[in-house]
Amino acid sequence: MTVRRRIAVATAGFGALAVAAITLAPLVGSTSIDLRRALDWSVPFADNVDAQIFFVARLPRTLAGALVGASLATAGVVFQGLLRNPLATPFTLGVSSGAALGAMLAITFDWTLGIAGISAVPAAAFAGAACAVTIVYALARAHRRGLSTDILLLAGVTLNAFFSALILCVQYFADFADAYRTLRWLMGDLDVSSYQPIITSLPLVIVSFFVFAWLARPLNLLSLGVDSAETRGLAVTYAQRSAFFSASLATGAAVSIGGPVGFIGIIVPHLVRLIVGSDHRVVLPASALFGAAFLVGCDVLARTLIAPVEIPVGVITALIGGPFFLWLLVRRT
Amino acid sequence: MSFEVPARGFVGILGPNGSGKTTLLRLLAGTRQPSGGHVTLDGVELSRLARAALARRMAVVPQETHLAFDFTALEVVLMGRYPHLSAFEIEGPRDLAMARAALAATGTAALEDRLFATLSGGEKQRVVIAAALAQISPGSDRDAGILLLDEPTAALDLAYQLEVAALLRDLQQRTPIAIVVSTHDLNFAAGLCRTLVLLKDGLVLAAGPTDEVLTKANIRALYGVEAEIQSHGGAGHLVVVPIRRVPPEARG
Repeated sequence: MTVRRRIAVATAGFGALAVAAITLAPLVGSTSIDLRRALDWSVPFADNVDAQIFFVARLPRTLAGALVGASLATAGVVFQGLLRNPLATPFTLGVSSGAALGAMLAITFDWTLGIAGISAVPAAAFAGAACAVTIVYALARAHRRGLSTDILLLAGVTLNAFFSALILCVQYFADFADAYRTLRWLMGDLDVSSYQPIITSLPLVIVSFFVFAWLARPLNLLSLGVDSAETRGLAVTYAQRSAFFSASLATGAAVSIGGPVGFIGIIVPHLVRLIVGSDHRVVLPASALFGAAFLVGCDVLARTLIAPVEIPVGVITALIGGPFFLWLLVRRT
Repeated sequence: MSFEVPARGFVGILGPNGSGKTTLLRLLAGTRQPSGGHVTLDGVELSRLARAALARRMAVVPQETHLAFDFTALEVVLMGRYPHLSAFEIEGPRDLAMARAALAATGTAALEDRLFATLSGGEKQRVVIAAALAQISPGSDRDAGILLLDEPTAALDLAYQLEVAALLRDLQQRTPIAIVVSTHDLNFAAGLCRTLVLLKDGLVLAAGPTDEVLTKANIRALYGVEAEIQSHGGAGHLVVVPIRRVPPEARG
């Protein structure tokens, strides 16, 4: 099968999965609604309770889940390709917690961008992610052949601990209600009830996905090694910087919506590679779509497992992702 | 130092560890800038050539290639087409045909769908050479490609060393490419290279046709080793037999 065909087949397959997840997820919940009635345009919206629940109460959360899942999964693919290590993810590298610290600061101190009161949370999350990534980048440059798994995991643990300390510090100074709210958010929570956070973060995601599309072939070359990529005509430093910047941007956008939801960036790319192979031109779109479907699915579990109580979705992904990560680690050694 | 790789030339770079073989290859490949002096391709300074333009003429085969992810042999060879495509372009039928031709030329056509990581050392090296050929093709006589190989047999056992040597000899006879190979293996170099450059401490100790450069005196000066050099009928080329290490004070 040619690459073009493989991209088309993977996009169609995983796309169908994502569309199904996004359409079906809003139907699940305390009040059961009917999709046909919700999409029945002959009834005025004001009188159509099903449509109101579908579009106002539940769809924003589902779309937020899809956006976060797609961003974290593809950011994982890019970090893995860039650092030449299949265990690199926004979460394990500490990039998510960097983003969380930035977002926490913006939430706790009510920062705005000064333009029409637009929230500064996505920008602050991006700044935090970029800060964490700069540290990992410095480590990667010290080891020209890419990061060893040991250094990678140690760096991730250290950065996570460091940012967690700062997050605790911010929480300590917050009042009680704020502290509780941010604690839930830090667990990875898709409790989104409007389209506002999605719209605020969308530009960041679009920019990063555009860069990802260009990065697909450079990431293929980088998996041969930095030197081999360069002698095949790749501007290596430029590609590496683009990858770090765009993956931080996607991570920041995702974290600003849903908090540091973990392990999406490792579960999704690995399952996708098992199915479609390693060519990043196929893996990236497939991971975006499967990541969206996967997180939306996890969120349905989070909402329904012990309903009416909601579990933060980050707890679900960690319960799946933790053992998965350990299995990968053992399998590789 | 100064030396030239002629069109269709086959140049071996010999020298002990730390003599500058790898640095010299990096300078030739343009991945490292000279602190002084010039490296030119057809009279044009390498640093003035666009990276992709240079990559279309010159390919590098490293000592070993480890992939971070599972790619098939064909995918690895298709990566050689990178400098021929624009930013969002996908390989077309012509690129696929060149990749398959390169696989066939290196005797690895049957391995096309195998995962690179599952191949033997010799097979891997032949697939990487195929990727290099796909990268520098189509090379005409006028702008023929250049293949740089950095100790291509150092990580291989004997049978695979001979396999790679036979492949390089065959390529050199059938195509107009120039080959530069750095190696520790004196007999590998003696059997393949038309000219040799002997490097010691970053300087050229001797350079010229293999038969003239490969002498007892040069081997002694290069490695501090006493060696017999014979013309071997069976192998059809000079053969170096190391005898003993010469104590430093007796090297002259």
